[in-house]
Amino acid sequence: MDRFLAASQLTALADDLAQTGPVLAPIAEGGSVVFRWYRPGMRIELSRMASTSPKAATFPQTEPLLAVRREGEAKTPTVEATLPPRSRTVVLGCRPCGARGKEIFGPVFLGGVHDPYFARRREDALFMAVVCTRPETTCFCTSVGGGPADTVGVDVLLIPVEGGFVARSVTAAGEKVLAHALFAEAGARSAEADAVIAKANAAMPPQDDFRTAPEKLLARFDDKDFWERQSAKCISCGACTYMCPTCYCFNITDDDLGLESRRIRTWDNCMSYLFTLEGSGHNPRPTKAHRLKNRVSHKFSYYPTIHSGTIACCGCGRCIKHCPVGVDIRAIVRAAQEYGG
Amino acid sequence: MNQNPYLPELATLVEVIEETPNIKTFRVVLDDEEKMRNFTFRPGQVGQLSVFGVGESTFVINSSPTRMDYLQFSVMRVGEVTTRLHQLQAGDKVGVRAPLGNGFPVEDMRGKNIVFIGGGIGMAPLRTLFLYMLDNRADFGDITLLYGARTPVDMTYKAELPEWLGRSDVRTVLTVDAEYPGWEHRVGLIPNVLLDLAPSPENAVAVTCGPPIMIKFTLQALKKLGFEDDQIITTLEKRMKCGVGLCGRCNIGTKYVCVDGPVFTYAQLKALPSEL
Ligand SMILES: Cc1cc2nc3c(=O)[nH]c(=O)nc-3n(C[C@H](O)[C@H](O)[C@H](O)COP(=O)(O)OP(=O)(O)OC[C@H]3O[C@@H](n4cnc5c(N)ncnc54)[C@H](O)[C@@H]3O)c2cc1C
Ligand code: FES
Repeated sequence: MDRFLAASQLTALADDLAQTGPVLAPIAEGGSVVFRWYRPGMRIELSRMASTSPKAATFPQTEPLLAVRREGEAKTPTVEATLPPRSRTVVLGCRPCGARGKEIFGPVFLGGVHDPYFARRREDALFMAVVCTRPETTCFCTSVGGGPADTVGVDVLLIPVEGGFVARSVTAAGEKVLAHALFAEAGARSAEADAVIAKANAAMPPQDDFRTAPEKLLARFDDKDFWERQSAKCISCGACTYMCPTCYCFNITDDDLGLESRRIRTWDNCMSYLFTLEGSGHNPRPTKAHRLKNRVSHKFSYYPTIHSGTIACCGCGRCIKHCPVGVDIRAIVRAAQEYGG
Repeated sequence: MNQNPYLPELATLVEVIEETPNIKTFRVVLDDEEKMRNFTFRPGQVGQLSVFGVGESTFVINSSPTRMDYLQFSVMRVGEVTTRLHQLQAGDKVGVRAPLGNGFPVEDMRGKNIVFIGGGIGMAPLRTLFLYMLDNRADFGDITLLYGARTPVDMTYKAELPEWLGRSDVRTVLTVDAEYPGWEHRVGLIPNVLLDLAPSPENAVAVTCGPPIMIKFTLQALKKLGFEDDQIITTLEKRMKCGVGLCGRCNIGTKYVCVDGPVFTYAQLKALPSEL
């Protein structure tokens, strides 16, 4: 179903949606655009891709897993799971790559083991993604199965047209949102939207073929020189992992509040030396070359090998754009693929 | 499975045993009697012990599934959680998430001669399998246990060693790195003592666990004795958190030590990328 949202009504829509549940939106802050929990008065900025990803909607940077309480002198604590409250969470204005990113979690978090925290957030999240009309030089979504108007993981596609957006529902939940009074008849704008999508697809640079990446990366596993060259610039800062919509590694720690404690999970960072340091003092990934190898290989080799070929990357290019030293994950995968001819 | 994989069972420490200056053994009983009664696991599987307000860490269940009065964990003090565990006493509450991981392939080991080679805290995962085999003695061939520590003071399970040494149906050999006043057993590094004992690889399986350097030389010794890669079983320590294959820190290539391990044959390890 197609409806029309006038650009001037975007704020009104956000204000209204925020009355019935959390809204995560790209907000202009100083010179950057970052995803924030929307509050009336914030300025939503859709013209540029946000620096951060919308991952927090389904996988917050910090979330409580358990609450442990001790009453008075009692030795026996009570331990309770702290599942997120049920309420629809709208991601308003991410790019299709951001919506696709969370789909990488599914086979892991909802596969053999069922992570009830992610499951609930995933079920309650509604993704309204804006079609990308101008790819950046760091964009490569089409090389990993996506596209500027990709609908994987999307509930409503917002297609920029003259004066606003054609809002196209992809799922039943998306269709329900379009019943909102702020949406108008799309009419002839539907055809305009189709043309915008066609143009957006055509604007994408030629795609890489990463199909041989899993075995080619594995073939380089013991090639220390290769990985030292690829990671020469890397400073192990881990910015790539924090910006990434698909990185799902986490840590679990306890937060002691006196009579009460909380067990929380937080995004973790595989670029850190401490990530794999063992009790004996031994570390299987002692250098940045080992760690970068694991990050790239997890996304382009291990994960696709386990999960029927799906690359654990959405091609948003944030890790390239925000890397302080310009490490380019595409270039590393290409180098492994092209190695030895 | 639709339960919360992060939710531990409440449990009570029923006994704390001081093994060495930095290792204590904890005997734990789940507070839910029915769950305790129905608890089953395979030798070699691990558990996560929680000290609430401090954190959670992975330890092998080193009691045997054939002796279910309690679950036993031996803990070396190395950091935050282990230090706080060491301060706990009988009667204190902990959390337990178990069993996790794969465990030893006991079915494949039936009828075989078994050679245990344990170093230091690495004796913990061997203990569970060793006791399991003693309790099912007829199912296995000759059993040899070679257990070494740096000094006699560093040996765990001291209270049980006399019984093990006294049994006629197993051959128990103890060793320490250097001469020590009053020590009546072997002196020498584990791999050297192993070469000296020279167990036959014929119809045998070697099970080894210990610090990385010991494992490295023990493997060399086993090769020298003629053991093939698929006759050598080891259990790995990797840094773990979730224990259920999600948090992403314990992988070796496509394998997750917390789910696909921690027990691997040397042949399986060789097929993985070399990231030990
Ligand atoms: C499958 C498996 C079985 C194990 N069995 C036993 C056992 O039976 N007995 C025993 O004493 N220890 C065992 N360990 C090691 C034990 O899990 C760690 O020593 C413990 O988690 C350290 O916790 P901490 O909070 O005291 O350390 P921290 O304060 O967190 O750190 C101290 C040191 O321990 C390392 N470390 C922290 N967490 C882990 C972890 N989860 N795994 C490995 N290293 C870690 C740190 O990198 C650091 O070097 C096992 C580990 C694994 C993976
Ligand atoms: S410990 Fe979390 S994936 Fe293995």
